[in-house]
Amino acid sequence: MKAIVTVMPKPGVLDPQGKAIARALDHLGFGGVGEVRAGKVIEVELAATDPEAARKEAASMAEQLLANTVIESFSVTISQ
Amino acid sequence: MRAGIIVFPGINRERDMAIALALASGRKPRMLWHTETDLSGLDLVVIPGGFSYGDYLRAGAMAAHSPIMGAVRAHAARGGYVLGACNGFQILTEAGLLPGALLRNVSLRFLAMDCHLRVERAGTAFTGHFQKGEVFRAVLAHGEGNYYADETTLDRLEGEGLVAFRYAAPDGRLTPASNLNGSARAIAGIFSPNLRVLGLMPHAENLVDPLAGGDDAKKLFEGLAAAFAA
Repeated sequence: MKAIVTVMPKPGVLDPQGKAIARALDHLGFGGVGEVRAGKVIEVELAATDPEAARKEAASMAEQLLANTVIESFSVTISQ
Repeated sequence: MRAGIIVFPGINRERDMAIALALASGRKPRMLWHTETDLSGLDLVVIPGGFSYGDYLRAGAMAAHSPIMGAVRAHAARGGYVLGACNGFQILTEAGLLPGALLRNVSLRFLAMDCHLRVERAGTAFTGHFQKGEVFRAVLAHGEGNYYADETTLDRLEGEGLVAFRYAAPDGRLTPASNLNGSARAIAGIFSPNLRVLGLMPHAENLVDPLAGGDDAKKLFEGLAAAFAA
């Protein structure tokens, strides 16, 4: 199974990268761009065959390493 | 002072730190490879600056889980002294030895320049040769030095006197311009509750010799040497 872990800056945590992207989009002429937040996506292949077990394992990986939960939140999607 | 300096792959300020410590204490520090786990006999463990493991994932994230960090945790737990400078500060927060995190600089630029630090807490092993409110010059060299912690943590750090240094103007005033990387409450360095673990974003070790730009920050190392000579 594959776990797709999405890591995003928590609401309230300054995201200068997202702000810079928003400014660049504005310069490119995209009007109406509101707040932009930039995070990262990490794909992990897992030996687990049970989706719930895979989700738990990926969440534990995110807690311990993939995300810094002081500043980031994460979500896990499992695919075949 | 028996000091050890941890060398992770990608660290690049370990020799500067060794020079500063040897100059102040007259004793060469021990260089510790990241796979070592024996820190016995050391007064002070230093995690120097650089780009451990290429700053992959987040600055300090990989180093925080390396073999030697278990030994650093045990050293800190038994009351040992730890100094984390720049990447070392990032590693200490990632390892949970200090609260908060270091975000991308607010300008999004890597900053390689002088800064001024105001001493917020004197009378510790690290700040024994400073007066409270004293300002000295140090060197910035980082892309992620923007200190962040939630408001509760910031209030606790301030309330318990655990803010070690703040970015300030040369006259000691705190201005938006002097807070070069946008840190919360202009925090440049913090202590653990027992005042024995210090995380410091700027490089004090780069201003210890008049022939190499000045010795403005030498007092930090002289204070340490004196604390352990006693």
